[in-house]
Amino acid sequence: MGQPQLPHDPRGALVRPYAVTRGRTEPQHNIPIEAVLVASQAAVQEARFAGHDKYRIAVLCEPRPQSLAEIGAYCRLPLGVTRVLVADMVAEGLLSLHSAAPKEGFTERMDLLERVLSGLRKL
Amino acid sequence: MDFASSERAGAQPKEITSAKIVVAGGFGVGKTTLVGAVSEIEPLTTEAVMTSAGVGVDDASTVPGKETTTVAMDFGRITMADDLILYLFGTPGQTRFWFMWDELIRGAVGAAVLVDTRRISDAFAPLDYFENRHLPYLVALNCFDGAPRYEPEEVREALAIAPHVPLIMCDARHRDSVKQVLVGVVEHAMATLVAEQGRGFATTGS
Repeated sequence: MGQPQLPHDPRGALVRPYAVTRGRTEPQHNIPIEAVLVASQAAVQEARFAGHDKYRIAVLCEPRPQSLAEIGAYCRLPLGVTRVLVADMVAEGLLSLHSAAPKEGFTERMDLLERVLSGLRKL
Repeated sequence: MDFASSERAGAQPKEITSAKIVVAGGFGVGKTTLVGAVSEIEPLTTEAVMTSAGVGVDDASTVPGKETTTVAMDFGRITMADDLILYLFGTPGQTRFWFMWDELIRGAVGAAVLVDTRRISDAFAPLDYFENRHLPYLVALNCFDGAPRYEPEEVREALAIAPHVPLIMCDARHRDSVKQVLVGVVEHAMATLVAEQGRGFATTGS
């Protein structure tokens, strides 16, 4: 499967990691590394005005859901920075956050395990 | 404006669930090879930047001269359905990055500890780690070409692996073999969950 094409970042690595978050290191929610995020087409349009990094993230999450870890890897941002930006975008309505695996409830956890098992067997 | 935001967020009506399996083991044991054997994408690397002493809570850029360390984790992805994605995360190999393991295992379905039979003592530390965590795991012996072959029971004894922990042989380069490892992790997680339920334990994961 092809790697997503991202808008070129002309700043390269010249900007210190937390400069893009204006020095904040604490995200608004502690988003799990595997939680997936989705951007609608409307959100991509709106993100044009939200800054370069947020726009790249929206573009990445529009055709296909991407995890926090994938966003960090494709945008070449450290995980902590990615988490702050993504949490902001969720709060701003630019990304929708989907759920990581349920941690409680026998039935919910067993249902997920069964679905994963059946998915693996079909590989 | 407010209702516009909720419309945007609701544009993808289906809730997508993501699950993860952690692949642990010493440096160079074949974790990324294993992930790459089943992943639909080339394994990616995500990096966490932190101070060498801190646990990622410090912003090192505010403290001039404080050393920062980059911890890299390789991972892969298997899209199982429109609404289900499985991620496979390799742990950082170097033992000084173990604090990152706590974040990686949080919410995981289970883990596989990969062991290289040529450097069996590298597995002690990862196994110690999982013995003290509430996460189902199995041990997978990665049989490289020309590697000394041991009977699984010899390895179990050498590494003092508890009887309830499954031990399987694998070849991290081969898709079918890796698939069996992952199936083993999930089956063990199911058995653990059923056993906990039967004993009346709380079913909260950690």
